[in-house]
Amino acid sequence: MLKHSLWNARTAGVFALALSAASFLSTGLANAGETLDKIKERGLIKVGVGTTPGFFSPDGDGKWQGFFVDFGRALSITVFNTPDKVEFTNSSPQQRLPALQAGEYDILLSGVTQTINRAFKLGFHFGPVVFYDGQGLLVRKDLGVTKGADLDGATIGVQSGTTGELNIADFFRKSGKTFTPITIEETAEFVKALDTGRVDALTQDATDLAGKRTQLKNPDDYVLLPERLSKEPLAPAVRAGDDQWLEIVNWTVYATIQAEEFGISSANVDQFLESKDPAIQRFLGTDPSLGEAIGLDPKFAYTIIKTVGNYGEIFQRHVGKGTPLNFDRGLNALWTNGGLLYSPPFR
Amino acid sequence: MFARAVSWIGPFPFRQAGLLLGVIAIFWFLGNNTLSTMERAGLTPGFSFLSQRANFEIGESVIAYAAGDSYGRAILAGIANTAKVAALGCLLATLLGVALGVARLSGNPLLSRLVQAYVEILRGTPLLLQLFLWSSLFQHFPAPRNASSLFESIFVSNRGVFVPSFGFDGLPATLWIPGFALVLLGGWTIARKMFFGTTQYGLKMTALLLALFVASILALKLTGFTPTTEIPAKGGFNIRGGLSLSPEFAALLIGLVVNASATIAEIVRSGIQSVRAGQWEAARALGMKPGQIMRLIVFPQALRVIMPLMTSSYLDLTKNSSLAVAIGFPDIVSVANTTANTTGQVLEAIALIMAVYLGINLAVSAFMNVYNRKIALKGALVR
Repeated sequence: MLKHSLWNARTAGVFALALSAASFLSTGLANAGETLDKIKERGLIKVGVGTTPGFFSPDGDGKWQGFFVDFGRALSITVFNTPDKVEFTNSSPQQRLPALQAGEYDILLSGVTQTINRAFKLGFHFGPVVFYDGQGLLVRKDLGVTKGADLDGATIGVQSGTTGELNIADFFRKSGKTFTPITIEETAEFVKALDTGRVDALTQDATDLAGKRTQLKNPDDYVLLPERLSKEPLAPAVRAGDDQWLEIVNWTVYATIQAEEFGISSANVDQFLESKDPAIQRFLGTDPSLGEAIGLDPKFAYTIIKTVGNYGEIFQRHVGKGTPLNFDRGLNALWTNGGLLYSPPFR
Repeated sequence: MFARAVSWIGPFPFRQAGLLLGVIAIFWFLGNNTLSTMERAGLTPGFSFLSQRANFEIGESVIAYAAGDSYGRAILAGIANTAKVAALGCLLATLLGVALGVARLSGNPLLSRLVQAYVEILRGTPLLLQLFLWSSLFQHFPAPRNASSLFESIFVSNRGVFVPSFGFDGLPATLWIPGFALVLLGGWTIARKMFFGTTQYGLKMTALLLALFVASILALKLTGFTPTTEIPAKGGFNIRGGLSLSPEFAALLIGLVVNASATIAEIVRSGIQSVRAGQWEAARALGMKPGQIMRLIVFPQALRVIMPLMTSSYLDLTKNSSLAVAIGFPDIVSVANTTANTTGQVLEAIALIMAVYLGINLAVSAFMNVYNRKIALKGALVR
């Protein structure tokens, strides 16, 4: 009995200590430059990712692969000059933002939609949009549906916990049409509902639907409608208040876009080292003045392109035509090709 | 006075007080932290969001709801859906469970073993898995376009079972459910009278209720409501019209009923076995038949053991209905989740869910306790 009470008292004491420690820790807000210092100290960048094949998924050896993952590797090159000093951790859509806020990650490359609410209210800043996504509709080909409006009266599967529930309701209300939602939390059940014909269509971010399409029994029987019901610009998210870290993220992404614009790829980057174009010389670091001026390794862009490739290569390798996801470049083409990708000048 | 206070606090007052302070500190810390986090996220704690517009749709609902109604109404629709599945579930699980429990004790070894296997399988596998199985089963019914139909008016498809509905202009078709129940009750009472010579509710009472029902229909017709019939038909993507039972609701209801019936069967079995063998022997000695012994001697005594356990089965069934969210039935958890996601008022949504389940369960438990007191042995038990 006595022992028991002592134990209680001790536990209470330990609890109180732990609580005060926790409250001290949680008060420290991110200051400028703090993130990079922490990363250098631990010798590792911590990146939160999701799990959609093509965008982020571990391969047979447990090594993370995918479109977003490659931007994490590029970031590791910018900071450490090697693609491997980065740790990817899977985080659910609900938990990723609080985890970033709590300092569990240095950056989220998990397909976070950039919104004003997240910037002002929730305390996040966003790097350049790396993927222009939107809510799509996945339907059976033999329904003969070509656009969302054709789905009047249809039953549509919605995965709970997403803004998709609101977008689809808005879409049908706007046009005065009706639909019946089946809101399913379980991902496997969500996909099965379309497979068995319980629902006529699934709605989600198009990137996600393209992944889900590959999980259906006969993927070729289904088509992702080209129409987008919403804008979902997916961008790297960091904690607000660390400008230096944000700029490192910005220019890492820009380097991949600028390289594609220059026509520099992993295959031909070495030939460009001989280029007489002063812009390319500064970009690849054969003229080291730019790198020295900004405090980054003058050859960071060269190493990124040589190791990971330019934006077009990253896109093509993981999600482009011929991959299971089979995405058109669409809005994700260079501005020179009618897309939205645009890098500010490297000078 | 002091001694009393000390005895109330316990043998180690200072440690106890320290622990109490610690607990208060934890809650104060958690509360404070929550409030400051909410403030940073721009959230106002409280339930004022309930009157804001909810811009999402709900698949099926007992009460009228459409996107653009308030969050409060959406939550209410979720509560109604949960109440519907819980009430029907408890009723059906009891009927099935009692039948199985009695069958488990049957002298026929095949029947008894089959029920045992049923009970073991259902109690030994996770409910969520069973729900997936039922959901998958219903989803594999034919698609609406090639749904099988009976007289072109009853359809069975993977969008649900559709039957014609009868009603009056401006009155919901669901009003017919109590009428239907009344007709069943009347039929049951008449059947009992004819075959067993006994009645449970009294022929007069049943006749009175039936007459009231017919009178109310006539009254409705005379006061200007026109009777309508709605026959379901294939149209567009779905089958429309009539009364329908959705696959999600059916899967959830059957999953819960089958699962709970296994537990209830065991409760009934143990209840019956708790009645001493002497009771059977005495009844047999009086020349009673097995059915009579069960109904008149054993079951009433077994009920005293059964009832408290049944209460917890009902509570389990009600709480288990929250798994609906996984298979797409819009219950309170599903609707509250969506509300939490769109408003950011997660704590309030969870508090609402807890309040709803607590409310339903306290009501069920209060009702069962009243019934339990009614059947309990009165006075001292003399052995």
